[in-house]
Amino acid sequence: MRVHLDSEKCQGHNRCYALAPELFDVDDYGQAVLLVDGDVPAELHEKARLAASNCPEFAIKILEND
Amino acid sequence: MTDIDENAPAVRSVPRPADYVEPIFGNSPEGTHVWQRVPYNPADYGPVADFATDFDHADPAYNPEAPGVWKELREGGCPVAHSDRYGGMWVPLTHDTVHEVAYDIENFTSRAVVVSVGRPGDLALPAPIGGAPPITSDPPFHGMARRLLLPAFAPKQIEPWEPEIRTLCQDLLDRMGDIAPGETVIDAAIQYAQHIPVNVIGRMLGFPSEDEALFRKFVHDALERIAEEPGTREGMEELGYYITTQIQDHHANPRDDLTSYLLNVEIDGQKVTDDIAGGMIVLLLIAGIDTTWSAIGSSLWHLAQHPEDHQRLLDDPEVMTFALEEFLRAYAPVTMARLVAQDNDFHGCPMKKDDWVLLPFPAANRDPKQFEDPDTFIVDRQENRHAAFGLGIHRCLGSNLARLELKVAIEEFIKRFPRFELAGDTRWSVGQIRGPRELPVRILEVAAP
Repeated sequence: MRVHLDSEKCQGHNRCYALAPELFDVDDYGQAVLLVDGDVPAELHEKARLAASNCPEFAIKILEND
Repeated sequence: MTDIDENAPAVRSVPRPADYVEPIFGNSPEGTHVWQRVPYNPADYGPVADFATDFDHADPAYNPEAPGVWKELREGGCPVAHSDRYGGMWVPLTHDTVHEVAYDIENFTSRAVVVSVGRPGDLALPAPIGGAPPITSDPPFHGMARRLLLPAFAPKQIEPWEPEIRTLCQDLLDRMGDIAPGETVIDAAIQYAQHIPVNVIGRMLGFPSEDEALFRKFVHDALERIAEEPGTREGMEELGYYITTQIQDHHANPRDDLTSYLLNVEIDGQKVTDDIAGGMIVLLLIAGIDTTWSAIGSSLWHLAQHPEDHQRLLDDPEVMTFALEEFLRAYAPVTMARLVAQDNDFHGCPMKKDDWVLLPFPAANRDPKQFEDPDTFIVDRQENRHAAFGLGIHRCLGSNLARLELKVAIEEFIKRFPRFELAGDTRWSVGQIRGPRELPVRILEVAAP
């Protein structure tokens, strides 16, 4: 699994940071920062999906590797 | 004022400062230079009979029944309602249409965000700044103003306020005195919710806490008395006096608070003018008070009627992560507004320049196309892209603070009162901010403080 964050769409709702702090941080302006580069560890898949499905701006996409 | 504690001291009047020059921030009470009366006489209209064609969010029947109104309109095939009131107003009701207006900054300006009997006049701070930046700003000024304020409200700046907010909530609960379980009725809006955000934002701005009732008066006059004549909303004039006095005092005695920060901050190497700083202070003072107070009140109103959700929160505090967002989705307090910037056809609606457009984020939050079973409160709802804090570039600046206040206020209330129920009529606010203003509840169980 990979996660894609569209920083242009992010408006700093802070939902991803609250739900999956292992995967997302926030900068000094409250904008999301993706912490993982490449594959998401299996134990964080659920949190990644949760972050994506709670982003009001649809800024997070999950790319599932099959 | 009926929404002030009967035992509270009378609201003081604000003296006109020496050398007062009428500021151009906020809404000027009279005249056409800053503020223009729209052709709308409320006396010509009765109560709303059909919300599809005569929508009025200031009809006292609207806020108590709003979720039913949205559902009926959507199911009746009306994605966008209309009204001739306020000089012409459109109301998108689906998640898609609300989202579209919020994102379309070409056709819709934020120059005015509270529908009333007046619009900004020719000499109001011109777009793209507006009277209370950045909420009243359009790009490119919007982004500059927002970048000044975002760091102060970013998650890591807000988190340290938690202990102070918790103490504030506990003090309010202590002040309710002796409670006889099964008998004592308290008002969760008047004795609790309404005091929390007003104290926090007052402290952040460096304003005296004794003035909290005054701030509520400003909010009431700015956001609830929208169909009244401008000259009668004396709180609007006093707001100008008050902010001007505070700016003068902070210039003379700078201190470590948001007001001093805004008076010294620079855009492109230049300090912002007192008018722009004053407009930002108006925004911070007005926008953070009855919004969060409403969210706290609505959440407690829900819990009073749903002991199963209350019990779940007590048994499993971790569920609060999801419950908080579900309170915000189901009981989102804030409807915003825009003015139509240029004539445009919006899904067949012929929108004319200067028409109002309401942005009911709470209605978007109950759209079945976006939310499964939207009228059911699901305490641990897993997928929840709610729009309580808006969508697009105007996402609520104070959302992290609002969430923290709401979470702590609910946690402390349910910990102290493990069971409570409604005990009489709830009185709801009027206008764009929806929440209980009177919320009598009977306490059924008390935990030791």
